[in-house]
Amino acid sequence: MQIDNLTKSFGRVTAVDNVSFSIDKPQMVGVIGRSGAGKSTLLRMINRLTPATEGQILVDGTDVLTLNGAARRRWQRDCAMIFQQFNLVPRLDVVTNVMLGRLNGHGLLKSLFSLFGQEEIERAVAALERLGIADQALQRAETLSGGQQQRVAIARALTQDPKMILADEPIASLDPLSAEVVMKSLREIHERDTMTVVCNLHTLDTARAYCDRVIGMLHGKLVFDGKPSELTPSAVRDIYGAEQEIDESTTSTALRSAKKSAPVMTAEPVPA
Amino acid sequence: MAVATDLHADLNSMERRRKLYSAVVLIAVISVIFSGYGQANSMNSGGFLDGLIKFFDYPSEIVIEAWEEKLGLPALFWKFLPAMLETLNIAAVATILGGVCALIFAFLGTANLGVWPPLVPIARRVMDIMRAFPELIIALFLIFVLGTSPVPAMIAVAFHTTGALGKQFSEVNDNLDRKAVEGLQACGANWFQRMRYGVIPQVLPNYLSYFMLRFEINVRASAILGFVGAGGIGTELRRTIGWGQGAGDETFALFILLILTIFLIDQASSYMRARITESDRST
Repeated sequence: MQIDNLTKSFGRVTAVDNVSFSIDKPQMVGVIGRSGAGKSTLLRMINRLTPATEGQILVDGTDVLTLNGAARRRWQRDCAMIFQQFNLVPRLDVVTNVMLGRLNGHGLLKSLFSLFGQEEIERAVAALERLGIADQALQRAETLSGGQQQRVAIARALTQDPKMILADEPIASLDPLSAEVVMKSLREIHERDTMTVVCNLHTLDTARAYCDRVIGMLHGKLVFDGKPSELTPSAVRDIYGAEQEIDESTTSTALRSAKKSAPVMTAEPVPA
Repeated sequence: MAVATDLHADLNSMERRRKLYSAVVLIAVISVIFSGYGQANSMNSGGFLDGLIKFFDYPSEIVIEAWEEKLGLPALFWKFLPAMLETLNIAAVATILGGVCALIFAFLGTANLGVWPPLVPIARRVMDIMRAFPELIIALFLIFVLGTSPVPAMIAVAFHTTGALGKQFSEVNDNLDRKAVEGLQACGANWFQRMRYGVIPQVLPNYLSYFMLRFEINVRASAILGFVGAGGIGTELRRTIGWGQGAGDETFALFILLILTIFLIDQASSYMRARITESDRST
């Protein structure tokens, strides 16, 4: 996948400003940056949920931004999307939610009467088993915890049979334990299926721990592209546009850093 | 400190304004009621208070006659059952027909569901117009054109139902969780599939209760249309009420049938709704 000069303007505000990069081989890419840096818009443009203002996204020689109708929906199926708020259908049971990943390609009658084939059911159950939530298959999606719902969303993404997975802040609404399970699942999918995973993250240590490559964005512009090990304190300052050093352990949501960052009580209260 | 006193003053004046508005509305309502009463009283042939004394004369007459003929009542129920079924039939067909049209209009009339935007206000205005016509007016017109039969009543009720239910359905759609629809869009589902799986499962329970309530309203509306020649229980009621004295037992039997029918629909509606919400809780 090659992204060239991708730009998105909302009125006078430019959310994504002339971003270019390419992903040549299956990678786990973390996109980091401040809130409003354009991370979500970037992912939503790749999936065609948000129209781009300018630029192109070349995949196997085709500019996916020019696709329309069935071809566009086919592309949306190829790049599965995972959302911060899971975006499942709350009143439907888990296994149906997962099977909805197969909707693309279903005809009118098949959709109308909710006809899912034996093969599709087995696929959905296999995906749920892989994510360790097959026991909840018949519960309504809304009754599950956030971490479980996000795993259902990943299972749905898997049944889409995608070429890549785009995850928009997949762990931002989750507790640390669920966040770890979800990130490990995404990493496992990347490694076992050799699939590209592009993941918006808001904590640096998650990007360091799980990603092969980190892209940093600031005010819509791409300001960093490299290995996690190249994320020096000064690079981090550039990405977040911060004046001073950022202490990663205080923003971290990872379990192991919790011990390190336990609040240190100062003996003397700081005078106001 | 100055900010705090300003805020206090603002809040106080806001509170005074609210009280003033309430007082104005209250006075307006009271004066409308009294002037309306005066107006109606001067236009009627007899005064309202004179009529009020005789208000219970006719109902008590009906009950007395029914009591005298109480052994004949079961036979009367049996006699009027076909008429009741005809009314029920008109109402059911009209509600289903109108409900299907309402469903289409509701989806076209909801913003942000991915419908071609100029279509949304058009669909809404069409629903307004359909709702504006009372069933009785449409039925009178259609009976004039098509002759006396249940068909004009059915069309008239279905027409009004489309407007009324469509409005309620599209309001249910407005309160929708759009994240589910977006999730399906990102999977490559087409518009129809997004509506079928992203919207319908969420709105169905509320659709069902509005539908059943509308069915109940339509039974009553269909009964009234019998008065203008659309058949069913209304035609019988018109006959027995028109006869005045002597037909009290028949009028009584007809009312009881109508009330029982409404009870039954209400019970069925609560039962169905309970079934749906129960399966929510059991999981």
